[in-house]
Amino acid sequence: MSRLLVTGASGMLGRAVAARLVADGHDVRTLQRSASRVAGAHDIGGSITDAGCVRSALRDRDAVVHLAAKVTITGPLAQFEEVNVGGTRLLLDEARAAGVARFVHVSTPSVAHHGRSLTGAGAGPADPGHARGSYARTKATAELLALAADDPAGLRVIAVRPHIVWGPGDTQLVGRIVDRARSGRLPVLGDGAALIDTTYVDNAVDALVAALDADVAAYGSPYVVTNGEPRPVVELLAGICAASGVPVPRRHVPAGLARAAGSVLDVAWRTFPLAGEPPLTRFVAEQLSTAHWFDQRRTRDALGWTPLVGLDEGLERLAGWTARQAPAVAP
Amino acid sequence: MTGASRPPADVLAAGGIDPRWSRTLEVGPRSWHLLDNGPTLDAEPVGTLLCVHGNPTWSFLWRRLLAAGARAERPWRVVAVDQLEMGYSERTGEQHRLAGRVADLGALTDHLGLAGPVVTVGHDWGGLVSLGWALDHPDLLAGVVLTNTAVHHEPADTLPAPLRVATARGVLPVGTVTTPAFLETTLALAHPRLEPAVADGFRAPYRTAERRSGIGGFVADIPAAADHPSRPELDRIAAGIPDLDVPVLLLWGPRDPVFSARYLRDLRERLPHADVHRFEGAGHLVVEDADVAGAVLRWLDTRDAPDAPTASDEPYRALGATLEERAGDDGTALIELAGPRSRRVTWAALAARTEQLARGLAASGVRPGDRVALLVPPGADLTAVLYACLRLGAVVVVADAGLGVQGLTRAVRAADPTVVIGIERALVAARWLRWAPTLVSAGPLRAGVARSLGVSASLDDLAALGRSSTEELAWPNPDADAAVLFTSGSTGPAKGVVYTHRRLAAMRDVVARTYGIGPDSPLVAAFAPFVLLGPALGATSASPDMDVTSPGTLTARALAEAVRAIDAAVVFASPAALRSVVRTADGSELAALADVRLFLSAGAPVGLDLLEAAATLMPSAHAHTPYGMTEALVVADMSLDELRDLGAGDGVCVGRPVAGVRVALSALDAGGEPTGAPDHQAGVTGEVLVAAAHVKDRYDALWVTQQASARDAGWHRTGDVGHLDPDGRLWIEGRLAHVLVTADGVRTPVGLEQRAQTVDQVVSAAVVGVGPRGAQQVVVVVQPEVWSHGPVVADPVLAAAVRAALDGTAVAAVLVVEQLPTDVRHSSKIDRTRVAAWAERVLAGERARL
Repeated sequence: MSRLLVTGASGMLGRAVAARLVADGHDVRTLQRSASRVAGAHDIGGSITDAGCVRSALRDRDAVVHLAAKVTITGPLAQFEEVNVGGTRLLLDEARAAGVARFVHVSTPSVAHHGRSLTGAGAGPADPGHARGSYARTKATAELLALAADDPAGLRVIAVRPHIVWGPGDTQLVGRIVDRARSGRLPVLGDGAALIDTTYVDNAVDALVAALDADVAAYGSPYVVTNGEPRPVVELLAGICAASGVPVPRRHVPAGLARAAGSVLDVAWRTFPLAGEPPLTRFVAEQLSTAHWFDQRRTRDALGWTPLVGLDEGLERLAGWTARQAPAVAP
Repeated sequence: MTGASRPPADVLAAGGIDPRWSRTLEVGPRSWHLLDNGPTLDAEPVGTLLCVHGNPTWSFLWRRLLAAGARAERPWRVVAVDQLEMGYSERTGEQHRLAGRVADLGALTDHLGLAGPVVTVGHDWGGLVSLGWALDHPDLLAGVVLTNTAVHHEPADTLPAPLRVATARGVLPVGTVTTPAFLETTLALAHPRLEPAVADGFRAPYRTAERRSGIGGFVADIPAAADHPSRPELDRIAAGIPDLDVPVLLLWGPRDPVFSARYLRDLRERLPHADVHRFEGAGHLVVEDADVAGAVLRWLDTRDAPDAPTASDEPYRALGATLEERAGDDGTALIELAGPRSRRVTWAALAARTEQLARGLAASGVRPGDRVALLVPPGADLTAVLYACLRLGAVVVVADAGLGVQGLTRAVRAADPTVVIGIERALVAARWLRWAPTLVSAGPLRAGVARSLGVSASLDDLAALGRSSTEELAWPNPDADAAVLFTSGSTGPAKGVVYTHRRLAAMRDVVARTYGIGPDSPLVAAFAPFVLLGPALGATSASPDMDVTSPGTLTARALAEAVRAIDAAVVFASPAALRSVVRTADGSELAALADVRLFLSAGAPVGLDLLEAAATLMPSAHAHTPYGMTEALVVADMSLDELRDLGAGDGVCVGRPVAGVRVALSALDAGGEPTGAPDHQAGVTGEVLVAAAHVKDRYDALWVTQQASARDAGWHRTGDVGHLDPDGRLWIEGRLAHVLVTADGVRTPVGLEQRAQTVDQVVSAAVVGVGPRGAQQVVVVVQPEVWSHGPVVADPVLAAAVRAALDGTAVAAVLVVEQLPTDVRHSSKIDRTRVAAWAERVLAGERARL
């Protein structure tokens, strides 16, 4: 049994990681602003930018899985920097001071993405100067900080980059797709043929747990985690819509036009006090019209991990979950 | 005046040049800069490569050779000098003459104390300087490598056009010194374009007019005129090199406006023992455009390896022997059916015509070993002139129109014939695309046309000339070159394939032996290579009324007519031709086809359905599909009966090797490379290797390709991938170039495509990989029965059906296209390379057309 801290356990992935670690018999503490609702975990409510909170959360811990981040698509850069960069720096400093042995930093492949297609890419170096959007840029800075803190004689740090994590209860990808599909606002960009790889939530959980236990030789580097099953984006959207019981998108919009529209809306949402999220941002338009898939061989070797839940199986589980929710949301 | 200096660090870094290789050296009054990897070698070098650049480059040109030579095992010391007034060597403003350059280089190597063995390597005018050095140092010399260079100009010869401009009075100083125009023009000749850092590396020593003075001096030293001061040295070198008794390697970039094909021809004539490799697509800067360093080291390595035994114990009988024996036979040798008229030629007439043409060709100056391109459609004319060339010992170049004009031009130019014999259409192309110096028309031309095309004679003229000649013709040496055929070019440009007389004769024998074809089995051939074999086999032959370059034009009626005309026992047809016959059959041809005893279909995989359908038209015939390739026309054979009993497997079963042919496999490793030693173990997927007396002698002017294909002594690597089953049958799984390497391992396309084609609505399928090798994703591109202008990504139902059919292989995407592209020659092999390139773009979110 290890004594572990999971930050950001109120999100879909963080909650699932905490629950798995509890089930594996570990002593699990969580740190996030709202309740984790993970049975058997000890919640500490607070922000990773609060030094007092962070210090008490890290007391007597052997290892940390750091998921907490500001993940929204829009918002002022300063907020992203405060949480994603400042919070990570604070956690690393305090973890070192507390004598924590292992630190699993959860990152994203978009830290190394310049907006062009990634086809069979490896885990390139994080690049805050060229990453797209405030989230990716601040996450890139955070990953560089984290990996720079890796110390063979002290705190060991590993960065894991799950790509597009989805599953039952996901509000990020599945939630947005379902909302837009339901209101008829989910177009397919271009041919919808761009190959996109995603990660079913259970596989991401397995990978993070594997990272905690990985050979120390694997530490000090970033690893991309996906299902290793890229699909044309139109096929993915159709699969998620079908599993979620909403209409499958049929409207094709030229990819270039969508990117341009996204840029305009980005500016509008930055300039004017508009509510909620823009219907389309340039970042999202790029994500949906360029390929993103990765060479997984290095990750699988280093973590001793393989994805157990295939894409089709994941979609079936999502459909099952949707069916179980249906009575509750029916009018 | 400026002495030699070392290049700035950033220039060396741009070329990946180890700074320790760069040094300056004072030799007498001369001040040199040179690159020398000697100080960094870990082991005793095998020898030294002495590299001499041309104008206006510098030793930077040889940077990859320096790096390649500095390998751990069997390293070569590479010394690349900057010629005086060039690169970073001295600038004195002196005009150096060729003899002086040769002598200065000798003084430098004396100073270096170069011990043997030395192999010279030269490019452009550096080739000439290196040859001068080679002639002066016979004791040290172990070999000569030349790249796009020339040794001789007849004073009457015109200079290459770009140099004529450069040497014109008034242009010379402006073009070469005052402005960097000559330098920039040369750098612009690279294919593909030079990386900016590399181009800057070439420019670095020539930044000012003063530093460029040597470029002008070099151009001014080109000894074009008979009274030029460098002429005597040029003549000495030109006269001396035929006596060089060391191995020679000629590496050539054909897209060179300066040193065009005639200079390569001149070098080959002077150095007939040279190994030659033309890098198709490369140009004047061949050292930049192609892997010259790899080729040189490979060549040096093979110098030490013993040659594979090639001697054959089989008795030899010339391909044309039958024709001569039947010179008194009035029976039918061949019938040509074309349009409304047909032409019957007796054995006696064919033999006489062949003899006359052979003598006529000889009398008009064609010598044994000269190359003659035949651009004549199959028929009596082609047959006669082909056997005439073989009789004389002229090497026939048989390029078919199926390659397309561009492919045909590339092929003919690569073979570099001295004579083209063609129909009018081919002669027009031959004239304007400059395929050969001498043109002969197959049929009579109007006088005006003949004159405007510069056609010297017609076949009738040659025959007339032959009738008046009494010269006794000797039969050619069995091991001399006899023919150059071409691959279909479905994976890269078509390659020339050289056969000797002995190997052609062996090909005849394997066909005769395997299919029992001889005087008692008249044959109808609607498949190009076999049209020509009838007279060699002693079989009466007929070519049906069709456009042989377009196999889909053969109708059932035309086939029946040809069979009826000679009472044929054997029918050869490509799958596309056979498909067309089946499609156009209406029952009226059944009587004529009833007595055919054997039909063969080859050139591409033949489906069971097609063979069955053809068999109903020829009910008494045994159906066979030979498997082979341009490099070995018959390798294995499969009968319809056997095919019927065979279940599905991974790939297309092509049957067992025929008598006299050995087949082995070189297993693919985890990276998809055929690294296994030749082996016969069943179930192991590898590259198919063939050994037989009728395998090609070599690829033409493709030394590197030939080495790669013959790297296992005695075997030819086919580029096909497949496996043997426990009964010794060979299954073909695709082309080596089309093998996929996924994260889950190696995949071959044909078996997967067959499974995709079992899905309803799918007419044909191509399985290709996208992404980097080792992490490739499998993509299935299907052509549906009905194409509805729909989206390129298959609908979920079709995608699911295809994925289910390919169970066990993860499929990233199923795409739908109206039509899958196929090769030009057979219109049946899917062009997977093109499909893969298209899928790569589409699946990256780009717009692309297939």
